[in-house]
Amino acid sequence: MTREYFFEGADRTNAFITRLDVAMYEETGGVLEGKGIAVKDNISTAGIPTTCASRILAGYVPPYDAHVVTRLREAGAAVVGKTNMDEFGMGTTTENSAFGPTTNPHDASRVPGGSSGGSAAAVGSGMVDFALGSDTGGSIRCPAAFCGIVGLKPTFGRVSRYGLIAYSNSLEQIGPLGRTVTDVNTLMSAIAGPDPRDSTAYDRPYTHTLSGDIAGMKIAVPDEYFGEGVEPAVAQCVRTAIGKLEDAGAETMPCSIPSMAYALAAYYVTCTSEASSNLSRFDGVRFGPSVETKRSWHDEFRDHRGALFGKEVQRRIMLGTFALSAGYYGKYYAKAQVARENVRKDFLRIFKEADIIAGPTMPQIAFKLAEKSDPLSMYLADILTVPANLAGVPAISVPCGTVEKMPVGLQLIGRHFEDERIMDAAFAYETEMA
Amino acid sequence: MVLENDVEGIAKLADIHIQKEELAEFTSQFNHILEYFDILDTVNEGEEGEADLVNVLREDEVTPSLTQEAACANAHETEDGFIRAPRVM
Repeated sequence: MTREYFFEGADRTNAFITRLDVAMYEETGGVLEGKGIAVKDNISTAGIPTTCASRILAGYVPPYDAHVVTRLREAGAAVVGKTNMDEFGMGTTTENSAFGPTTNPHDASRVPGGSSGGSAAAVGSGMVDFALGSDTGGSIRCPAAFCGIVGLKPTFGRVSRYGLIAYSNSLEQIGPLGRTVTDVNTLMSAIAGPDPRDSTAYDRPYTHTLSGDIAGMKIAVPDEYFGEGVEPAVAQCVRTAIGKLEDAGAETMPCSIPSMAYALAAYYVTCTSEASSNLSRFDGVRFGPSVETKRSWHDEFRDHRGALFGKEVQRRIMLGTFALSAGYYGKYYAKAQVARENVRKDFLRIFKEADIIAGPTMPQIAFKLAEKSDPLSMYLADILTVPANLAGVPAISVPCGTVEKMPVGLQLIGRHFEDERIMDAAFAYETEMA
Repeated sequence: MVLENDVEGIAKLADIHIQKEELAEFTSQFNHILEYFDILDTVNEGEEGEADLVNVLREDEVTPSLTQEAACANAHETEDGFIRAPRVM
């Protein structure tokens, strides 16, 4: 039976691009029955506009649901709207949106983080309990940390990407955001599972009962996560949180990730290269604002894409085009792939001895709006989150205190397909602090 | 180091029209970022991993898909069930 969900409350943070004041849901008896869920605007929703926060997709209404949205509906959820984001997921602040920036629910002069900033702000401000985001280089964990909520980037392949409008498909994953680890656990159980339409999706359903018993769990703490560029107050806050995990029975050990030296460069070369290919489909022919069909193909497309893509998107497409061009492929893309493999090997080496890795999610608290106006300085803020995407391992951000009254995130990284273990560690921390 | 005319060439390859007045800023940002990417020169190429890839292609069988109507629903110009595009030549 179909029911109505009335979605009320002012959107003080500009978290939503599209809102459904009355959203429908089915009485399915599922784990999310009657729950309102916000969905990032790069995840396809049949009949609900989906723009990736870009003018080039204005007016686009997908004719189909993403796999995760189908699963949400099967679990009885009501999709209450589509959340603001950095255009096509490119950014760390949610300021690169054609619909204006989202603000941080804790301080309106600060960013919520990005690129799933709208989803995090919708949860952080109390508008919804659950939201979906996508994480290419930290886009779930960063806004979760900045907004003081929980966000999980699952193992690559654990959640189908069918219907996610691709930006960098070898790196990005759809994942859950919620106020508590329990909420994230519930949402993860709804969205994970096999999908024959995504050849990278594994048949690894998620049916986990959280346990706060982490006695004997071995936690590696990388030196690089507390090094140069990490605010001392943030580092201290996270060290204290790791101490709480020790109080709960875990053992800690130091470790090193030497490949961190070039992980960020490898990440940006990879994601811009994939973006240059993935975003070639946005030409105004099949969707979005129309093009003039009387002019020639390239003339029309150049003007169309020049006028409707934002600057960060143009910058990344061009960087990727350059990195893949003849003469530079070996210098950039090929080396980035070797670097990526080295990151994966570093994780595998550490995980021979340790069960999880712990450190800060972000090196700073939420930035002030417009603080990161230089692209490279914004890229550098992703240094602690991108390694998990390069390696494909699961990672979660859980709130662990405040600095200058702003939330700080504790990041826990696990072995491939051991999403459950980092969830337990996050739950143990949450329980210890309760 | 890339020059303004290099960036103009890249933009052309990428099918993105860049305004003349934006070229200097894009070029400067490009050089700043590419200088950072030079750290990849420190990666030892001999460390390449073993290929542990498996073939995930399925049999090429026709399965239910979008109708032609649904596939054309977002296009602004259609003709006889097809999408109109700009001429190539």
